[in-house]
Amino acid sequence: MPEKFDVIVVGAGPSGTSCAYKCAQAGLKVLQIERGEYPGSKNVMGGVLYRKQMEAVIPEFWKDAPVERAIVEQRAWLLDKDSMVTTSVKNNSWEEEPCNNYTILRAKFDQWFANKAVEAGSLLINETVVLECIVEEGKVVGVRTDRPDGDVYADVVVLADGVNSLLSKKLGYHNELKPEEVALTVMEVLNLPKEVINDRFNVTDNQGVTIELFGDATKGNLGTAFIYTNKESLNLGVGTTLSSMIKAKMKPYELIEYVKNHPMVSPLIKGAESAEYLAHLIPEGGYYSIPKLYGNGVLLVGDAAQMVNGIHREGSNMAMASGTLAAETIIAAKEKGDFSEDTLSSYKTAILDSFIGKDLKKYKDANHTFEEQPQYFKDYIPMINRAASGFLTVDGTSKRDKQREALKTFTKEKGTFTVVKDLYRAWKVMK
Amino acid sequence: MEGDEINMEENKNAQTIEEKQYLIRFKADTESHLHVLDHDVCIEKCPDKLCTIFCPAEVYKWEDIRMHVGYEGCHECGSCRIGCPHENIKWEYPKGGHGIIFRLG
Repeated sequence: MPEKFDVIVVGAGPSGTSCAYKCAQAGLKVLQIERGEYPGSKNVMGGVLYRKQMEAVIPEFWKDAPVERAIVEQRAWLLDKDSMVTTSVKNNSWEEEPCNNYTILRAKFDQWFANKAVEAGSLLINETVVLECIVEEGKVVGVRTDRPDGDVYADVVVLADGVNSLLSKKLGYHNELKPEEVALTVMEVLNLPKEVINDRFNVTDNQGVTIELFGDATKGNLGTAFIYTNKESLNLGVGTTLSSMIKAKMKPYELIEYVKNHPMVSPLIKGAESAEYLAHLIPEGGYYSIPKLYGNGVLLVGDAAQMVNGIHREGSNMAMASGTLAAETIIAAKEKGDFSEDTLSSYKTAILDSFIGKDLKKYKDANHTFEEQPQYFKDYIPMINRAASGFLTVDGTSKRDKQREALKTFTKEKGTFTVVKDLYRAWKVMK
Repeated sequence: MEGDEINMEENKNAQTIEEKQYLIRFKADTESHLHVLDHDVCIEKCPDKLCTIFCPAEVYKWEDIRMHVGYEGCHECGSCRIGCPHENIKWEYPKGGHGIIFRLG
């Protein structure tokens, strides 16, 4: 008779580990299965870890966890070919504990986090692929792995198997993703000495900066580039929807070189040593892409449940929050001794009532709109650059005429009606 | 020598896809986890050979009449699974513990 657990968690990223940790802490018998050599070895993220949702799993985690820098400044660049219009919010109180958020390197962080779940009593098995869920009489009762005699059973299986989630597709919970529902992102870790980073980004040893780059960073396509500071390295990445990448026939590794060589970027990374190159998909479909979240003996969390807010580049926090909510649902189900679809349905209610459901609903039309209306990235960002640069170029023109010229930059090319319509449309999907 | 220093800097910065892939640790399986289902579909229905463009690791290379699949350098991102316009790629995970092994990000 094969061993039976209370909970099997498939995947050791932030969602799976949050769930495994919480269940183990409550005294449940937990098995966590990871296909990589170690947790984090298959995982990629730009690098922003949000304190709030992590703290809900492990209080004061920052005292022990491998975090890089506390983010004190968040910059946004609207990039044209040889100019940019930027905004920044810097607040040194974000460095005081508890910090707002941190940069992390995932391979290090995920190992640490999964080890915390092990310390709480969860059993972690690496280097094991789950091939399918074992379904008996309409109920998920365990998983089939690629190990010899690899069937394992549990009352409930949590699918934390990431953006591709082959397992939820095999269960029929999810249609195949479309190219416009995912962002293909590539990243390089670039080593630089700590002092050089401090000087170039105007920070002290533990302070970090995030930069999001729009416009020319993706050659006007729907997507962003980013530069985040670690202790002694930068994470520089760029991504667009897979559909944009295909339509524009861009090679991702050439696009990242385009960003690295951009005149606004290259001075920041001069002399840096490439340490790693990583590619990953980000689920960007939002609210409409959320699959069936629960069934008889099964729950979906994190990227597998498409829980990413692309507009605010939040994902790992939603992963942790969904893993935590799944754990709470499971602990309650264990007390009842009932893991039926009906009992587990409270998970979906909890998700929709949380910031996850609310935020994904708020931006439900944003991605589709910007995908279908490429003028925001392609036309308006260069126009904003021309208008602002023109306004600040002193050439003897009166300020009133300068104002008129700046406004005309938009209306001359697009027509007043179109500009107003575009502004209204953007406001509607972002409000 | 100043010239030498500049050269060294350039060497440290991985520019081409070959240089980028060289930075990564892989534990290749003996069998491919990626399979082109029908090479004739690539020949007859896919003039642009899109996977050779968007694959971030240049796993797919067109060789006259068939698609060469360099699965050993795959990042397991899933782009080809979703992006192949003819759903002509069978995509699985490599055997447990195999494939790409990220050390940092």
